[in-house]
Amino acid sequence: MKDTAVILSDEKQIDVFKAVKKQKLVRFLKGMLFLMPSIVLFSLFLFYPLGRTIYLSFFLTDGSGDPTVFVGWENYLNLFTSPIFLKSLRATFLFVLYTVPGTILVSLFLAILANEKLKGIGIFRTMYASTMGISVAAASVFWMFLFHPTIGWLNQILQALGFNSIGWLTDPQWALLAVSISTIWMNLGFTFLIMLGGLQSIDRYLYESADIDGASYFYQLRRITLPMLSPTLFFVITVTFINAFQTFGQIDMLTRGGPQNETQLIVYSIYQEAFMNYQFGPASAQAIFLFIVILLLTLIQFKLGERKVHYQ
Amino acid sequence: MTMSVKRKVLLYLLLTLTACIVFAPTFIALMMSFMTSQEIMTGQIIPSSLSFENYLEVFQRFPLMRYLLNSLVASLLIMLGQLIVASLSAYAFVFIDFKGRDLIFFIFIATMMVPFEASIIPNFHTIRDLNWINSYQGLAVPFFAMAFGTFLLRQNFKQIPKELKEASEIAGIGDFKFFLTVVLPVAKTSLLTLAVYGFLTSWNMYLWPLLATTDDRYRTVQFGLRQLQSQEQLNEWGIIMAGAIIVVIPTLILLFLGQKKLQQGLTEGALK
Repeated sequence: MKDTAVILSDEKQIDVFKAVKKQKLVRFLKGMLFLMPSIVLFSLFLFYPLGRTIYLSFFLTDGSGDPTVFVGWENYLNLFTSPIFLKSLRATFLFVLYTVPGTILVSLFLAILANEKLKGIGIFRTMYASTMGISVAAASVFWMFLFHPTIGWLNQILQALGFNSIGWLTDPQWALLAVSISTIWMNLGFTFLIMLGGLQSIDRYLYESADIDGASYFYQLRRITLPMLSPTLFFVITVTFINAFQTFGQIDMLTRGGPQNETQLIVYSIYQEAFMNYQFGPASAQAIFLFIVILLLTLIQFKLGERKVHYQ
Repeated sequence: MTMSVKRKVLLYLLLTLTACIVFAPTFIALMMSFMTSQEIMTGQIIPSSLSFENYLEVFQRFPLMRYLLNSLVASLLIMLGQLIVASLSAYAFVFIDFKGRDLIFFIFIATMMVPFEASIIPNFHTIRDLNWINSYQGLAVPFFAMAFGTFLLRQNFKQIPKELKEASEIAGIGDFKFFLTVVLPVAKTSLLTLAVYGFLTSWNMYLWPLLATTDDRYRTVQFGLRQLQSQEQLNEWGIIMAGAIIVVIPTLILLFLGQKKLQQGLTEGALK
């Protein structure tokens, strides 16, 4: 470009610049044209509503969701003095505490098992993955029966073993744990598939040379498998975390937030406040709280992940 | 690599045991869907006869056919919408070099941090004000734009040699034609993966259809299950299970067919 520019007259040089500039503009417009659907849709259904939720969280609204009275931070302050919201927070954190490690450990175990090269392993893989194809509503129906106080399998098994039966979904002590167990089951298929993919992408050569060195199975697991799997694990942990905070369907189907609000997870609480009580202002404050928690979690995990995760 | 017999036996034992536990809830539901109420109450495991009575009953008593149709239409719409929107964006991120591209890409990443639940209240109001409550577009359009799908396709488009693009430019082929005739056919498998993923997640959607529809003519199957479960006073488990099995069959078939591709695709989209 430069060489040609030197022998061009001044006038033509300006033309070249103009042409380059025009080309840049054309490329910009073209790029924006291809991105337009995404940008419009994100603006309409993601950025605008996010801004609007922040706005609404400082107001009280009428029944159709239009702001009426500006209340400043009051909605937020009320949240943290409301025993019901505090209980819902506690339930959400406990739920995360049960389901994230539970899902990760169980699906890691299954993925390691299913990664063995054995005859008929495909059938086992399909069975493990199957829960991914089962919707939250259907899974809730399945578990509703298993948790049934008299004819449900779990209590039948308990009784057969000589224990007392448990009011899985009606006893405040057990309800959250019961919902967590069913949630772990629902999560398994997806996390299993991702982890199996991660395991399969580990170079066979690493194991072969470890075998030659006579390293034991568990040594290999600790020193090869887990470090090499760490990017996958990291991704799966993040996704499970976020999913746990967004849980709604199984609560709506299994417990409706009860007994005694023990299973009132945050999204269910937002749903009730907004669409049953029509308190869109306070509900928006809760939604923003949820947004901030997820934002922070993602950022923290990215920061930690960058340092700890072993990338190839 | 050879494996000792002892180890093989142990592995098969563990595999079988865990597979039985994981598959038990589905298996029990399937068995129950063929049983009479009496058989269920007495705690039978295997039905004494293969009766489709419950299936006939659930279709007669509930507008399940309508729900299935609605779910199918909404899921197909979302799937197609996502494919079109995501592939257009991914194309811009890979093949068009323009100022501000990195910034927009960063914004795309940022969208992944906004949970849909956090913006669901204004979204509900938007749909209501557009008069889209009880419509297929109300069920589908809010989910068309999708960062994950864009990343997945971007990864795949990147493998197409840049020389191909340069050659086509010299030959005077425009971007849109290049996109349609070269890029899309090459990325067929990734598009298929994304399609399966989009269909699965849309079919299983719960909260949004609950809010965006109030009329049986537009309700989806997941709502149907909710209704089935709450109306049947827990006595006719056979019918409830038959309904649930019908709802999961399409997604299970899709999952079985696309499992390998889905696994590859999800891992790629997630990690690179």
